[in-house]
Amino acid sequence: MGLVQPIATRRSATGIPTGKLAVWWLIGSEIVIFGGVLVSYIILRHYHADWTEEAAATNVWLGGLNTFVLLTSSLFAVLAHYYMEKRNDAKKASMYLWLTVVGALTFLVVKSFEWTHEIQHGYVMTKSLFWGFYYTAAGIHGLHVIAGAVIMGIIAIQIRQGKHYNRVELIGLYWHFVDIVWIFLFPLLYIAK
Amino acid sequence: MSSAEHHHEQSIWEKYIFSVDHKVIGMQYMFTGIAMALIGGFFVYVFRMQLAFPGMSVPGFGTVNPMEYNSLVTNHGSIMIFWVAMPVLIAAFGNFLIPLMIGCDDMVFPRLNRLSYQIFLVSAIILIISFFVQGGGFGGAWTSYPPLSAKSEYNLTPWGASLWLLAVALEFVAFLIGGINFITTLMNSRAPGMKMYDIPIVCWMIVIASILFMASVGPLIAGAVMLGFDQVYSIGFFDPGKGGDPVLWQHLFWFFGHPEVYVVLLPAMGIVAEVITTFARKKLFAYKTVLFTAAATGVLSFFVWAHHQFVSGIDPRMANVFTVTTLMISVPIAEMLFVYIATLYGGSIRFTTAMLFALAFLAEFLIGGVTGIYLGASGSDIFFHDTYFVLAHFHYTFVPIAIIATFAGLYYWFPKMSGRLMNETLGKIHFWMTIIPFNFIFIPLFILGASGQHRRIYNYQNFPDLAVPELQNLRVVATVALIFMILGQIPFFYNFIVSWKKGEKADANPWKAATLEWAAPSPPPHGNFAELPNCYRGPYEYSVPGRDLDYWPQNVK
Repeated sequence: MGLVQPIATRRSATGIPTGKLAVWWLIGSEIVIFGGVLVSYIILRHYHADWTEEAAATNVWLGGLNTFVLLTSSLFAVLAHYYMEKRNDAKKASMYLWLTVVGALTFLVVKSFEWTHEIQHGYVMTKSLFWGFYYTAAGIHGLHVIAGAVIMGIIAIQIRQGKHYNRVELIGLYWHFVDIVWIFLFPLLYIAK
Repeated sequence: MSSAEHHHEQSIWEKYIFSVDHKVIGMQYMFTGIAMALIGGFFVYVFRMQLAFPGMSVPGFGTVNPMEYNSLVTNHGSIMIFWVAMPVLIAAFGNFLIPLMIGCDDMVFPRLNRLSYQIFLVSAIILIISFFVQGGGFGGAWTSYPPLSAKSEYNLTPWGASLWLLAVALEFVAFLIGGINFITTLMNSRAPGMKMYDIPIVCWMIVIASILFMASVGPLIAGAVMLGFDQVYSIGFFDPGKGGDPVLWQHLFWFFGHPEVYVVLLPAMGIVAEVITTFARKKLFAYKTVLFTAAATGVLSFFVWAHHQFVSGIDPRMANVFTVTTLMISVPIAEMLFVYIATLYGGSIRFTTAMLFALAFLAEFLIGGVTGIYLGASGSDIFFHDTYFVLAHFHYTFVPIAIIATFAGLYYWFPKMSGRLMNETLGKIHFWMTIIPFNFIFIPLFILGASGQHRRIYNYQNFPDLAVPELQNLRVVATVALIFMILGQIPFFYNFIVSWKKGEKADANPWKAATLEWAAPSPPPHGNFAELPNCYRGPYEYSVPGRDLDYWPQNVK
């Protein structure tokens, strides 16, 4: 049974659609969550020069590949929005959303190879605090990738059914955020040796 | 626009348990909060009895062992802040009032709203379960400092500590979801014609509080994940032996913990603003000043957190900075109190129960605020740190916020919630039976704290300097006053339950107030207004010269 949408949801005193406003506030709340992990990491890293040896064991090439994959998937999210908003083409938009989902899955597959390899070589979460942060920060980010992929799949189906066109833009906003978090994680965890 | 389309037959489940109606969800939050307050109140009764009469069997509990004592104190604090003050002040009043006061039919995301309550309920259930697991409930204080909270060989509550942490984290998630809903609703769903400065102060305050919460809780959510990993996998984020830093937790905790004080204070300030304008029959003195000082308080509250850590080994130069910012934050708060007093000046004051509670809030909170200055100054804080002076100080802020202002709001909006009036005589008995014992509890604790009585002590008989009769007598006074205060709530519960069923019928606007919620029927049906109102003026147009009535509702042309 569907819910009758309240009049409140349809009002827009600011001129910004309600859904978009809420996604921006969601992103705001997420920034401080990731901010908390990363600032803790940066402060502790500042006091531990020896973490460079630990960081040397991370695989910059796989991390770089994943950065490329995520950036490309963000481009697909932009194209999905373009086809939905400018061309009103739900079919194309849905296709590009699925391509974004493929990007997310590729990211997760690469990540699981990477982590399997590292764990097999003894670089587990409890090995040292660096690896504690490595798995915690990337793990929380990975959960966001999974959530984004699931929601994107749902929206890709919904727009083919001819409803919720505005959600293409909303998931795009969220996806760019997930992407930007990775842009911070990659240099902090992989490149900084 | 008519909201008749909302009406269809609803089952009891749909109407009361899985409702998406903002009023029902507000009530769910309120009743859950009150139930948790009873648990938190029972806990304080047990451990105060242990302090006044050490070793005695407490009626209703039995003898208290040290582990139980720690767990009771910890969970009293956690419950009263996370499961009483926040759900009642922000979620219950926010849910009930925001859509009504800005003249719309519901929150913008009704199902997210329901999800928020369900997560909150799960968090409360997990907390209650944690009291009964092996080892008992967590006993490492509501601040949960590592290494005590991180290592089960120290806290001896392997399950209690982790369940406590999980419950707190889930509570944060519930309020993040709820907060996004409040902020978005206020921004987008106001009645046509309601401009920025026409929004009732209480709505502003709840939304500013939600923004503060959202901006401050993130690092602690991250910290909770890290502490959870420390507990379960011993990674050592907060363990110096493994390269971590226990003070890092204190930073993450208080970066949230101090804004949190203002997260609960601002809604209380908002409730009081509504009550005193209505019952002084006067326009709020300096609406914009209240709004801007609230915003200034919010900004400043992010720069004061380390005043909780003056003795934690932080850099003394940093202590100077935080002393200055802490003393600065008393300026906007004092300004707000002055504005409220100026609102009373020249008004035609009606001493209803709600008004008495609102006035008591101003007087009692003032004591809490003034004693805070001693604690914000790093020099005197080193002496007062971790004594009962600190405890009495923050209870003089939190009790006015979470108890007194909440009662002001409950007595004021009860007719809107139930469609009936509460009994004023019983209300006034309840008022005096709350306020007098409250002062008799905490003034002795100020004196005890200044005499050097340290917090978190199970039995003062083990400390010869503190076991002297003069100090012990003060402990007994505080405990007896506490029992009176708890008994003083009986008239309230009786009044609340009986009036809800059989009270005198209230019309839509029993207090002759001007804000939009009084334009809806009492109690408002699903969809709130028969005809969604337009807004033509500010919320506090009382005693406008040249008009017959002494109030000018926002929705009347």
